[in-house]
Amino acid sequence: MTKRFGLQAVVDQLSLDIYEGEFFALLGPSGCGKTTLLRLIAGFERPDLGHILLDGVDLAPVLPYRRPVNMMFQSYALFPHLSVEANIAFGLKQDRLSRREIATRVADMLAMLRLEGLGRRKPHELSGGQRQRVALARSLVKRPRVLLLDEPMAALDKKLRTDTQFELMALQRTLNLTFIIVTHDQSEAMTVADRIAVMDRGRLVQVAPPAEIYERPRSRWVADFIGDINLFQGRLGDDRLGVEGTPAGNLYAASKPDADSGTVVWLAVRPEKIRISREAPVPEVANCTSATVVDIGYLGGMSIYKLRIRDGSTVRAALANAGGAERPIGLDEQVWLSFPPQAATVLAY
Amino acid sequence: MRRRRTSSTWQRFALGLPYAWLLAFFLVPFLIVLKISLSQTAVAQPPYTPVLDVLAGWPGLKAFFAALSFDNYRLLATDSLYLLSYVKSIEIAAFSTLILLLIGYPIAYAIARAPRRWQPALVLLVVLPFWTSLLIRIYAWMNILQREGPLNNVLTALNVVSEPPAWLASDTAIFIGVVYSYLPFMVLPLYATLEKLDESLMEAAADLGAPRWKIFWLVTLPLSSSGMLAGVLLCFIPIVGEFVIPDLLGGSQSPMIGQTIWMEFFSNRDWPVASAVAVVLVCLLVTPLIIYQHQAMRLIERD
Amino acid sequence: MRRLSGVNISALVLGMAFLYLPIAVLVIYSFNASRLVAVWGGWSTRWYAELLNDRPLIEAATVSLRLAVAAATVATILGTLAALALARFGRFRGRLPFAAMIYAPLVMPEVITGLSLLLLFVTIAVDRGFWTVAIAHTTTAMCFVTVIVQSRLSDLDISLEEAAADLGASPSRTFLAVTLPLIAPAIAAAWMLAFALSLDDLVIASFTTGPGTTTLPIRIYSEVRLGVKPEMNAVCTIMVAVVGVAVIIASGLAKLSAGRGEAAR
Repeated sequence: MTKRFGLQAVVDQLSLDIYEGEFFALLGPSGCGKTTLLRLIAGFERPDLGHILLDGVDLAPVLPYRRPVNMMFQSYALFPHLSVEANIAFGLKQDRLSRREIATRVADMLAMLRLEGLGRRKPHELSGGQRQRVALARSLVKRPRVLLLDEPMAALDKKLRTDTQFELMALQRTLNLTFIIVTHDQSEAMTVADRIAVMDRGRLVQVAPPAEIYERPRSRWVADFIGDINLFQGRLGDDRLGVEGTPAGNLYAASKPDADSGTVVWLAVRPEKIRISREAPVPEVANCTSATVVDIGYLGGMSIYKLRIRDGSTVRAALANAGGAERPIGLDEQVWLSFPPQAATVLAY
Repeated sequence: MRRRRTSSTWQRFALGLPYAWLLAFFLVPFLIVLKISLSQTAVAQPPYTPVLDVLAGWPGLKAFFAALSFDNYRLLATDSLYLLSYVKSIEIAAFSTLILLLIGYPIAYAIARAPRRWQPALVLLVVLPFWTSLLIRIYAWMNILQREGPLNNVLTALNVVSEPPAWLASDTAIFIGVVYSYLPFMVLPLYATLEKLDESLMEAAADLGAPRWKIFWLVTLPLSSSGMLAGVLLCFIPIVGEFVIPDLLGGSQSPMIGQTIWMEFFSNRDWPVASAVAVVLVCLLVTPLIIYQHQAMRLIERD
Repeated sequence: MRRLSGVNISALVLGMAFLYLPIAVLVIYSFNASRLVAVWGGWSTRWYAELLNDRPLIEAATVSLRLAVAAATVATILGTLAALALARFGRFRGRLPFAAMIYAPLVMPEVITGLSLLLLFVTIAVDRGFWTVAIAHTTTAMCFVTVIVQSRLSDLDISLEEAAADLGASPSRTFLAVTLPLIAPAIAAAWMLAFALSLDDLVIASFTTGPGTTTLPIRIYSEVRLGVKPEMNAVCTIMVAVVGVAVIIASGLAKLSAGRGEAAR
């Protein structure tokens, strides 16, 4: 599918399969087109090229009020002049269901989303979390084939956000619906999604389950976008497992990249995979180098260490503050860094 | 949801009805005024000639256009009565707009700085007089400014003057009437702009060491320029063509252009000249009108 | 909690005094038993009593009220449609000239609009009277209605209408069930403004009216241009009272509906 605003392709020849019953996330920096893609599925934008197939039927020419798809808006878009019950019943009234059926379904929704007793209230009389649940109830009550969520937790504070993420996952599993969520918060995408589509400037960069995206990123951009990453630039060795000439010496990974030996590549390793020790590790262990601690960020559960290696560049390592008898590593200490080849990935671009 | 390739019948109706109405009752009349301004008076019904006879075919059309002339415009250019009227109208409009700005700004500023709860009530108080008839309000001033009226009573009682002056039938009275009537038109747009001003900008300026008057001069005033422009245009353009105020409060020696048009039309029954005066007035106002439309467009495009 | 500075307070007080004193003077003098302004003859309601006998005046008032209701209603309908077009129909062809025709009458001097409409009616040989004035008032009022409703529409969160569509409401159902209830206060306010504009108009009515149709302002004007008349003071006081009460009621209603209509954010 392609969608242009003026001359700019906001969604650029993008092809994607989403499976029934999946919790699918569209993740990317602002301007990458993820919200536009969501609105294309909902019907508020029309693609310039391409199709949207749901059960084999092309939705692209279908107007939004006829699609079996419902959306939960970032601003919740609750009708301010209607009560909670009337808001939830709105979609059912458009389908001309009987009054009894509507009342039953609304009551079920209120119970499912812990909104009992709030039915008569107006939106401005509710808290932020309650409004969000009403918005969710309103879009779920029609039992859509696909539920679209546009940054649903952007307005919530951190504690509420985490709780809501787990609630959403439980809901999705119980109702066995397909959820598509748009978010710029990578930890949110990693928490809730079965698969994540990482987008950049209108194109898909990688579509995979969270673990694969984190452990086996496809490119430096993805590696850097999700979580923190250390990159060591060098040349791919003859056996295509080793990277030669990096600032930390010759380094080795356990899987071969899709590139020829001799090309410029980067060895990527996540901070939590790096071990810091005061004594030099046994020489046979691959991937080790000496470093100086230049900064420590204490985060409670763990600490992030900034270390300077031989050529002056920075490496970041994360250690859990597990307690224990040993004196913790301090500033300006000379230490040794090491990581196993299985923890590293070689990236060709 | 707003992009569509073909508009539905409902939309075409919703747009078409007001569009057609405005074309018929706003645009077409203007064209007719233009045409009449090129005609001559006649003792007939309607009181002008030539009259376009659609049934007369092509020769009728040719005769029609041959009879049009710029005589009326020549009259305007040569007779100093009209020239003076235009000049006076623009003078009065410009000067009163200035006074309106000087008086209206502090009022708008005060409302914008008042506690939020009071602001709607204060705005209502400013607007309320506008809802009563202009005629009534000008008539109220006629009461006050009479020679034996309350204003003179107060002035003589305070010994400010020995002899009660004649306020009515003077330019001063016109100024008072104009400023009084148009004050809401100046205060409202100014208030709308001032109310939206981000207070933290002024606080930042204070934090950086600027005294109160400098904050006003360097921060508040420039940021309220769009409101000032809106207020100025909303006042100046209609004041130029005012009729009721100069007619009831002003003297008969030098009429404003609104009075001139009225006189030509109702007293002299000279419709073509009245039309010509109107056309020239619109041309004079073209520049501020264009600026005004430009501002209005900006407002719409903002959405 | 903001405090008003002394300068600001005095600006407000002086401003309000300036605006309301003349009206106060008018009201007081309407109860002056003496015909002469210079003489205060004590409190009296004789001028109000004399009004009841003034048949032409009462007739003119009736005409003006009927006119105002007709013009306000048609203007509100047309103006709301125009506001919808400007706020919701995107960049349609002819949008610029349309907007220009909406905004121009707001500032155009009334003598020009009055003159042009009269010439139109003469050209198409229509008898001037009640309906020509109604058309004229509708035309000017509709522009005010458009500006008011359009401003409210553009403040309305468009995702509300998208949500309605997403939930299965067709465009007309969306308009009736979501948009209209939320802009209703603005439409009501616009109707009232159109009503007031029509009721108060002198110049345009003078140009476009015909024999037998005298509006209240025309009647008042013909009386007062010869000088102050105490009966006129009484008429004006009544009109001020009616308008004042109506506006206060209206703003009270507006405040009530604002409570339920405003942001669920």
